[in-house]
Amino acid sequence: MTEVRICKGTGCISSGAEKIANEFENLGIEVKQSGCHGLCSKGPIAIVDGVFYGDLKVKDVKLIVEDHIKNGKPVDKLLWDHYTKFEEIPFYKKQTRLILRNCGLIDPENIDEYINKDGYKGLRETLTIKPSDVIDSITRSGLRGLGGAGFPTGLKWKIGSEQKSNIKYVIVNADEGDPGAFMDRAILEGDPHSVIEGLIMGGYAIGATQGLIYVRQEYPLAIKRIKKAIDDAKERGFLGSNILDTDFCFEIEIHEGAGAFVCGEETAMIQSITGERGTPQLKPPYPAVKGLSSKPTIINNVKTWSAVSWIMLHGWEEFFKIGNENCHGTAIFSLTGKIKYSGLIEVPMGMTLREIIFDIGGGMEKGKFKAVQTGGPSGGTIPFDMLDTPVGFESMAKIGSIMGSGGMVVIDDSSCIIDFAKFFIDFCVDESCGKCIPCREGTFQLAKLLDQIITGKANEDTLKLLEELSFAIKNTALCGLGTTAPNPVLSTLKYYRTEYIEHLHGICKAGVCKGMYTIQINQDLCNQCGICQRGCPEEGAITGDRKTSFLIINDLCTECNACRLACPKQCIEVVQ
Amino acid sequence: MEFEGINFKDQSLISVLNQIHAKYNYIPEEMMFDLSDRLKISLSKIYGVITFYTGFKLEKPGKHIIRVCTGTACYVNHSEVILEIMRDEFGIEEGKTTEDGKLSVDRVACIGACALAPVMELDGQMVGKLTKKKVMRVLREVFEDD
Repeated sequence: MTEVRICKGTGCISSGAEKIANEFENLGIEVKQSGCHGLCSKGPIAIVDGVFYGDLKVKDVKLIVEDHIKNGKPVDKLLWDHYTKFEEIPFYKKQTRLILRNCGLIDPENIDEYINKDGYKGLRETLTIKPSDVIDSITRSGLRGLGGAGFPTGLKWKIGSEQKSNIKYVIVNADEGDPGAFMDRAILEGDPHSVIEGLIMGGYAIGATQGLIYVRQEYPLAIKRIKKAIDDAKERGFLGSNILDTDFCFEIEIHEGAGAFVCGEETAMIQSITGERGTPQLKPPYPAVKGLSSKPTIINNVKTWSAVSWIMLHGWEEFFKIGNENCHGTAIFSLTGKIKYSGLIEVPMGMTLREIIFDIGGGMEKGKFKAVQTGGPSGGTIPFDMLDTPVGFESMAKIGSIMGSGGMVVIDDSSCIIDFAKFFIDFCVDESCGKCIPCREGTFQLAKLLDQIITGKANEDTLKLLEELSFAIKNTALCGLGTTAPNPVLSTLKYYRTEYIEHLHGICKAGVCKGMYTIQINQDLCNQCGICQRGCPEEGAITGDRKTSFLIINDLCTECNACRLACPKQCIEVVQ
Repeated sequence: MEFEGINFKDQSLISVLNQIHAKYNYIPEEMMFDLSDRLKISLSKIYGVITFYTGFKLEKPGKHIIRVCTGTACYVNHSEVILEIMRDEFGIEEGKTTEDGKLSVDRVACIGACALAPVMELDGQMVGKLTKKKVMRVLREVFEDD
């Protein structure tokens, strides 16, 4: 019996997955759904008996049904580079999928499919051993917090378990606020039971009977699927009273966030759960000692909880084996930006950034590689000659970035590095909770200084001040978000100082900062299609016609970039 | 401790506000007074919480709501152009509602559909890989709808 599985992740749904599924059904083929395959840029995606079909159109479905399903011959022209097994596609081949083990392979709304993949088997075994042995396994596995900080998970749990309290809490941090990241969303949408199972194990290990999932309200599909997963798990006796006929009782509640980046910080999240403004609190005491309602509270990221259920099923040795001597297991990134194949990937710790970007991501879409930014607004910008850095908590910190929660955005030479740094600082200005002055006022002043640079009102002193202020914020802000907020500025100042200096002289080679560049049409590349002229909002700024050639009149040009975005041949170039 | 051993959800101001917001798409002023009475929480605190979170609005939104993503992947793919098109071609400013009450446009930090950048959300439906043409088409459809 042929199995047709259609990706119903957020990305594929918006690319038209429902229509594809309907067409299969119209042709009498039963369709199963799955969560995200990770390769969102190729959506809608269907896997037919292990064969990957991407970028599907409704008319392709008939061909797949006739040739592949009825005659057993994969439709070559719809395959990706003739690959018949999706594991062989370069995007997937170099990945090691532990946390994403089921994403794309099972129906996230069907608990039986999770159970068939050995789901909840690990829980059954976990409940037969002592809680301290569970903590021991997690400690020995080398698992570290995958939310970004990299704190050893086993140690955190040990602290929580040692607290004398009859009430304790375990929380899933699914407040994925980093712009440019969607790992947690994909896991919750694609394999919610793996997170729930990990959470139950964590509750058992530290002696908590109440779990909580704090999830962004921007993720409605994830919320719907977790709700269903919790109900199903309860019905099967994996949640509730006397789980699997043991004495252990455990309940899970969902708490929706309301749109505040800072709530990803543990203490701010606790404030938010209790109905307060989400402002971080001074640490110590750490939540593991005194958290929600002043009770010991263990908060881990979605990915960490999903890793827990993998480790307890396969054993800590298996997890420890993966990675390098400093970091064990895997790392998940959402690889996006100006890259050929964007999507969600999972790689062993220690893989180099170069392998990720050029082997898995397929290199640049067009344009020349300029930088890769990891860790979102708390992270840094990494240049080309640092791409051999292995992925890991310490190795990335050493080059001025962070692992972060997994955002990885690649930019090409059409992005101005100062404008890029300002993008993150503007984000921090918007999202600063306002509690401490270094972050609230400091980031605002950083944005002002960057603004001076990109508008040509800066000099050497501006750069000095920028650096000084960045260090001041780093050293004095209250929470992790504040102390890391200047990272995008510091890392770009370190690696792209020449570009800052060029701006002081009124030059923006990327062609982003207004008044610092002019544009012209490269006549060798131009095919006289005239699309630039039609896209231009200024009368007469692009002259010529299709018979001769087109010319940009710089005096009339307002630098709106409409022509550059419209040109299909990328032949409009920046000149100084 | 008010949360000990129980269902946190029913006690949390944010959860209540989320439910109100889901129903009305904003928090009507009179509901703030009711909430204050019912939950015994001061009005100033409720107002403080509402204005802290970007997910809560105090003004009635239009019939249709567009949320333009301005996350990193969208920024790299020129999401600012989308807001420009709305302003230049249709006269809609971000954070505002059109006079006929048909459409509100907001910018959001990131909706997590980065592989489809630039992307926006129309009434909860994701519209990705936006081009000028696609934005124009979507907006025209919104305005033609009664």
